Amino acid sequence: MSDLDQLVAQATAEFAGIGEAALLEQAKARYLGKNGAVTELLKGLGKLAADERKNAGAAINSAKERIEAALNARREALRQVALDLQLKAEALDITLPGRGLPTGGLHPVTRTLERIEALFRSIGFDVADGPEIEDDFHNFTALNTPENHPARSMHDTFYLENSPGLLLRTHTSPIQVRYMETHKPPIRIIAPGRVYRVDSDATHSPMFHQVEGLWIDENVSFADLKGVFTDFLRNFFEKPDLRTRFRPSFFPFTEPSAEIDMSCVFCEGNGCRVCSHTGWLEIAGSGMVHPNVLKHVGIDSEKYIGFAFGMGPDRLTMLRYGVNDLRLFFDGDLRFLSQFK
Amino acid sequence: MQFSEHWLRELVDPPLTSAELAHSLTMAGLEVEALTNVAPAFVGVVVAHVISVDKHPDADKLKLCRVDAGQGETLQIVCGAPNVAVGMKVPCALVGAELPGIKIKAAKVRGVESFGMLCSSRELGLSEDHSGLMTLPEDAPVGEDIRAYLTLDDSLLTLKLTPNRADCLSLKGIAREVGALTGAPVTLPPIRETEITSDDRREVVLDAPAACPRYCGRVVVGIDAKAPTPDWMKKRLERSGIRSISAVVDITNYVMLELGQPLHAFDNARLEGAIHVRYPLHGEKLLLLNEQTVVPSADTALIADENRALALAGIMGGEESGISDATADLFLESAFFAPDAVAGKARALGFSSDASYRFERGVDFDATREALERATQLIQDICGGRAGPVSEAIDHKHLPKREAVRLRVPRAEKILGIQLGAGVAAQLLKGLDFRFTRDGDVFDVLPPSHRFDIAVEEDLVEELARLHGYDNIPARMPLGALAILPLNEERRSVWRLRRLLAARDYQEVVNYSFVDASWERDFCAIADPVTLANPIASQMGAMRSSLIGGLVGNLVYNLNRRVERVRVFETGRCFLRADKSQSPQDGEAEQIDGYLQPKRIAGLVYGSAVPEQWGLPQRRTDFFDAKADVEALLAPLQAHFARLGHPALHPGRAAAVSVGGKPIGVVGELHPQWVQKYELGAAPVVFELDLDAVLQQPLPGYREASRFPAVVRDLALVVDAELPAQSLQEGLIAAAPPFVREVVLFDVYQGKGVEVGKKSLAFRVVMQDTEKTLSDGEVEAAVLKMIEAATGKFAAKLRS
Repeated sequence: MSDLDQLVAQATAEFAGIGEAALLEQAKARYLGKNGAVTELLKGLGKLAADERKNAGAAINSAKERIEAALNARREALRQVALDLQLKAEALDITLPGRGLPTGGLHPVTRTLERIEALFRSIGFDVADGPEIEDDFHNFTALNTPENHPARSMHDTFYLENSPGLLLRTHTSPIQVRYMETHKPPIRIIAPGRVYRVDSDATHSPMFHQVEGLWIDENVSFADLKGVFTDFLRNFFEKPDLRTRFRPSFFPFTEPSAEIDMSCVFCEGNGCRVCSHTGWLEIAGSGMVHPNVLKHVGIDSEKYIGFAFGMGPDRLTMLRYGVNDLRLFFDGDLRFLSQFK
Repeated sequence: MQFSEHWLRELVDPPLTSAELAHSLTMAGLEVEALTNVAPAFVGVVVAHVISVDKHPDADKLKLCRVDAGQGETLQIVCGAPNVAVGMKVPCALVGAELPGIKIKAAKVRGVESFGMLCSSRELGLSEDHSGLMTLPEDAPVGEDIRAYLTLDDSLLTLKLTPNRADCLSLKGIAREVGALTGAPVTLPPIRETEITSDDRREVVLDAPAACPRYCGRVVVGIDAKAPTPDWMKKRLERSGIRSISAVVDITNYVMLELGQPLHAFDNARLEGAIHVRYPLHGEKLLLLNEQTVVPSADTALIADENRALALAGIMGGEESGISDATADLFLESAFFAPDAVAGKARALGFSSDASYRFERGVDFDATREALERATQLIQDICGGRAGPVSEAIDHKHLPKREAVRLRVPRAEKILGIQLGAGVAAQLLKGLDFRFTRDGDVFDVLPPSHRFDIAVEEDLVEELARLHGYDNIPARMPLGALAILPLNEERRSVWRLRRLLAARDYQEVVNYSFVDASWERDFCAIADPVTLANPIASQMGAMRSSLIGGLVGNLVYNLNRRVERVRVFETGRCFLRADKSQSPQDGEAEQIDGYLQPKRIAGLVYGSAVPEQWGLPQRRTDFFDAKADVEALLAPLQAHFARLGHPALHPGRAAAVSVGGKPIGVVGELHPQWVQKYELGAAPVVFELDLDAVLQQPLPGYREASRFPAVVRDLALVVDAELPAQSLQEGLIAAAPPFVREVVLFDVYQGKGVEVGKKSLAFRVVMQDTEKTLSDGEVEAAVLKMIEAATGKFAAKLRS
């Protein structure tokens, strides 16, 4: 091994033994500094003969490059060690919880209403709204509900004190009436909102929600009503095999009228406690808009046909999330409500 | 309407099982609410005659009986029932019988052999009665299977009838419907003309023909009022939920169930002269059969004789003219009372009756006399007696009219969305016994007298659909013209606000719109709130004029359940009288007859600002947290906040919120007096905003972003501690030249270095021109102008 090789080996070994950047720079000076070993050798070149000088110079420069390479490698290694140390020192317990506010949530019934609105909007239904203190005309008379209909008795309807003819709406149908008074067909709306009836027990609340729908056009039929509502239920419950059953019924404002049952979402129609072992759940009322209702709002009942339906989003919510007591919705109990984030 | 399937099948017997029959009724609009067996399954029980009863040799409470169960020889049976006695007829379960839960075997009971079991009603699953053996009538045939003898292979059907189908409030009506649905023939009991064997009669006078256009009556003399009701009739009544009372009453009830015509029997001896149907005299009183004394309203028709009121027409008979065991002569009534004349009357008096239930929905006005004949016939069969001639009064002008209703089959097909064809339509109408004339596919249909629900074409369309089967109408997605729904960008959806508050850790609640009147007093200073005439409870009697009360109620509820941190919000309507509107922000709300019904959005925060956590110090949430939520709700709208006196809120910690100079709501800490009264421990902060105002959002408009450097200067100004920071800030902005882009308050300081009674407000002023780099001179001049405004208008001093 030549002296130069030895020198490179010595420098490399020395660098490798150094663990601190500052000491490494001092060691560098010993080889490459102004008075360093390599510098001294280069200075000595002048004393050599010209023909030797060229070879010796090349050899020294090669040795210098190798020493520089060893130095840089060591520098890089030390930097890596320092970085590793820094990273280790900076490590967090990333399992600690995040800082700040958690999130709240919507009321389960509102959540259902949002879903219902979105589903019906997707086939072009607009959302209509109306007053909750209503007059007798819009709540009953315009809906073909004769004076002596049981729904008008004091037992079902809340009346305002000292305001004859004013009441709390018992359904959201008056919204439809008001909408038809101000809009021309074709009409395609749903009317969600709070409604009120004098009734209170485990399955009845004096205030509850309703969503009614109305489609009036020149060419809608009972078959369309069946199609739209069945499609809605399947999408609401995300059960493509859900079945519906339309049964003749009676509402003053529709003719023909139908009660809508759907196959029980808990037992798939096989019968369980929720559906009283019938396999069916009563879910909505519906029918073709009674011509008298259209006449009341000045729509030509010969030209236009309409269908309407009404459902209870509170009940839909109970079925969707498995809530078993209607009153929970109106207690304001955060332990219950916060489950619906 | 509850009835025995066995009875129905006697009138019409389609080849369907009980369940199929129930299903077809349900699917035709006569909802079968319940289908139950009269008795549970059991076999091997027969009628037995007790021949002898002896003491059991080894047990005091047991008896040793010999019974004849028709088995050829008598059986020895050990029995523990207290009422077992020689001569009685009882159900006997033979060896091998299977009862609900037991199998009968020959066995030794306390050392004595026993070949069967004498049964109580409970052991057969017929009732809960276990006090002793079930006693059968003396004439019960020994050895006959008890199921056959008591018609136990029968079901009870309970119909939930809609108010338009009064025609199905009788077996006759239901049978007619079953016939139409299934095509099975209907056989009604024959009604023969009664043989007149007495001259006794009573005149009938219709003084109120609108209420009663048809009245038939007849005297039957010499009856035995104590005659027992035959078992078959008792059983049918019981299976319809009607208790047997006496033969005559049972017969009137039976005919009502069979034909749908309510009847009434008077004791003829208690009547004077002619029968009148009239309205009451002023203050006239009547003691009813239910022992209630009523003063009928002027529009309630009465049945009266020459002297006094006897009964409420179509509702209930009177106690004094009713029949008793001593009655020998009857006056039997069968009448048509108009639905409008009866509707609501019983309910107004606080009861309902089978008769009023039927009359107010509509009774066949063409079958009045037929029912009278049927009842007479049954009375003569069961109680004997001789019948007088029928007195009938009719006012044709007031009898319901039946006018032909036109049915266009193509129109029906269009409404239903099916192809039906005129031939099928004709068949369906015939099945219903509707009479019609036909011209091609146009029918003129005459509704029968028992149907009160056929007035327009659509009513007939429903009949066709019902009989065709709703199930047979396909479900189809409609074709409609596609149109994009409008989407107003300057009005956001309420869902955005809900989601925004939920994202800020609020939980949505839905509170009742009716509240305790005290909440209106406390939180709204409204002494006479909008109230309900018939609230469900007194603490739910007032309509809310603010959402705040409900949110405080939620807080109380949750604090009582140890939830210490509460953040809730609600959106909903409030209700105010228009003339007393307490909140000017609701001016544009919808109005119904003097009531404003604005929609609001309100929130309440209470407890720690954030849930307890490792990375943040704990502090109670305060006014400024809620204010930030209000600002976030309104953004990008800029709100202005001003001091406010509000009944619910702390006067020093409440602000009126306005946007563009228009008040839209409030935010503030609950007033300490309510914190104390409602035992809240600490003050929640609440806000309430007009929803409509919050839904507004301006369309964003582009402004060029400057390419030139911004210059930032901080200004610390010492002002009176009372001075609202917002005023000073607005003063600075007003004085600043247009290139001042922002004036942001970044520090408020009181304490060392600031005089007592003063505060230091530090503002960061950001200046930037869109055209050029600002010169030092321009910057200094701007700062100087702002300082001058502060010192001049607000007596501020620059903090050194």
